[in-house]
Amino acid sequence: MAKKQQISIWFFIGGLLTVYGVLILGASLYDYNSLGTRVVLSELHIGVWWGALLVILGAVYSYMFAPWRHSK
Amino acid sequence: MPPFLCLLLDASPSKLISLSTVDLVIIAIYFVVVLMIGYYLKGQAETGEDFFLAGREMTAWIAGLSFLSANLGSLELMGWAAAAYQYGLLAAHWYWIGAIPAMLFLGIVMMPFYYISKTHSVPGYLKLRFGESSRALAAISFAFMTVLMSGINMYSMALVMKVVLGWDINFSIWVSSLTVAIYVALGGLRSAIFNEVLQFVLIWLGALLIPILGLIEAGGWGKLQQQIATNLGRSDYTHLWTTLGSFSDNPMGIHWTGIILGLGFVISFGYWTTDFLVVQRVLAAKDLRSAKMAPIIGAGFKMMVPFIVILPGLLALAVLPVKLTGEGAAVASGGHSYNEVLPLMLARYCGPGLLGLGITALIAGFMSGMAGNVSAFATVWTYDLYRAFVRKDASDAHYVNMGRWCTVVGVLVSIGTAYLVMQFQSIMDYVQALFSFFIAPLFGTVILGMLWKRATPAGGFWGLLAGTGSSIAMWAWVKLDPSALSIIALSPHARDMAENMYRALWSWIVCVVVTVAVSYMTKPLSDNQLTGLVYGCTDIPSEGDLALYQRPIFWAGLIAVVFVIINIIFW
Repeated sequence: MAKKQQISIWFFIGGLLTVYGVLILGASLYDYNSLGTRVVLSELHIGVWWGALLVILGAVYSYMFAPWRHSK
Repeated sequence: MPPFLCLLLDASPSKLISLSTVDLVIIAIYFVVVLMIGYYLKGQAETGEDFFLAGREMTAWIAGLSFLSANLGSLELMGWAAAAYQYGLLAAHWYWIGAIPAMLFLGIVMMPFYYISKTHSVPGYLKLRFGESSRALAAISFAFMTVLMSGINMYSMALVMKVVLGWDINFSIWVSSLTVAIYVALGGLRSAIFNEVLQFVLIWLGALLIPILGLIEAGGWGKLQQQIATNLGRSDYTHLWTTLGSFSDNPMGIHWTGIILGLGFVISFGYWTTDFLVVQRVLAAKDLRSAKMAPIIGAGFKMMVPFIVILPGLLALAVLPVKLTGEGAAVASGGHSYNEVLPLMLARYCGPGLLGLGITALIAGFMSGMAGNVSAFATVWTYDLYRAFVRKDASDAHYVNMGRWCTVVGVLVSIGTAYLVMQFQSIMDYVQALFSFFIAPLFGTVILGMLWKRATPAGGFWGLLAGTGSSIAMWAWVKLDPSALSIIALSPHARDMAENMYRALWSWIVCVVVTVAVSYMTKPLSDNQLTGLVYGCTDIPSEGDLALYQRPIFWAGLIAVVFVIINIIFW
């Protein structure tokens, strides 16, 4: 019996990173505007950068390993 | 707020970190995704080969990352960050000399025998090479110890979650372990491996900010070294080898011979080449080349792990305004213990969202370690104990069912162990010691079995038994008479850490000597019986037709060179 085409784990990872990126970016922008949480080096706004990085990484992986790109 | 979140958050009034709603959402999404992956892979775990060996279809990258992730438990992360705070850069030996040579050796020398023999487990290899008695000894000790260790890790993790986040200890134990049970029971090893790769990515993305921001705050590596020397009044915390000339010259109380022979040779080779928890991931590779490449890829990433584990511990020595102490002193004074160093650094730099990602990394670490334990336990129990000694001729579907139930039972036994440890904490020390009894002698037995065709079944069994027995005897001797440590570790200045190294070394030597002696007294097996199992009797496929960059030996050599350079840089 032929096995069905398996979705790559990298697609799941890409999707999760995209969602996490959006959440972290959103929370960090909100925090930035409301002058909320103060952590060490908060002036670097690392949450904004890290969130954006996750969105980009996640989107690239989701696209590259999307099941519809690998099915016949 | 839902009632379960109230239970979760209000269980303890004192906590190190407060999570926001977005942090909790990030953690909740993680649980949903790992369960979703298990459910998705449910239909692809119907045969024994699928359930226990992931269909032997994994690429070198997937098998390699999973190989490393199964070892990257949360206690590994938090424990070694704590050790770095306590002992300085010496803790990095467990990631470099204590891992890299052994991982490369597994890939280049040992993997062909594991893979060509088509064994499903390390005890399974012992059966093929030395017979049923050696397999039974190795399988029983592994199965028993794996679930107990899993329970101890579970309890320790729940305790950390209670201290750091104020989470209820029962909630942490049940939710995280049942999640692991569900996704492993549904999708078998494939599900465990896929989730381990996901967990590997999350661990890195969640923990990577600490060393990056820490180095920015400290002003770079040079200034970090200066600050640590100023704060501690000594400069030996940021060197790997210069302080190991004498037992009394370093905070660990250890000598370079113990690090090289005990850790770098016996313990490391024992763990990375014969502990089925990690070896199982490589056996799932799709072909021999992938199986050889997987530990080499793992070694490449392992070499970088100190960046997210050891460096935060060192950074804490320089930048944290509070001084961390041992667990007992922390409880008495109301301060923070060494084990809290990683969460403290996380709270120092991470705001809403990032904090959730960091905590998710810790939970992911715990779950990857636990999934490794239960999937390896299910395989060894089903194939090496149940099928070998209880029911030899059942259908493949029967064994798959047994594997699924075994996963659930393994998790429940682990939970039981966690509660037992909660009541009697001294059990933790005993079980950890018990686990160490088997590793070093098992490496002696397996390596002689693979490389020396004169080794006989009787030699293998008695060598393994004698090595394990001698390890137990040495441990009991030191327990009864602490002054015996100076004899075993060859110095009156030796401390606990040195005892483990030297005990492993002696027990390995006992195992090898007994195996050789008994083998010469007993009849050897014929070359035909050793085909596919031993060097000299096995045709290992040539890689001569591959381009240089496709050959495992090329990448192993490259990683070995980087390993040497790193040791020189941090000498």
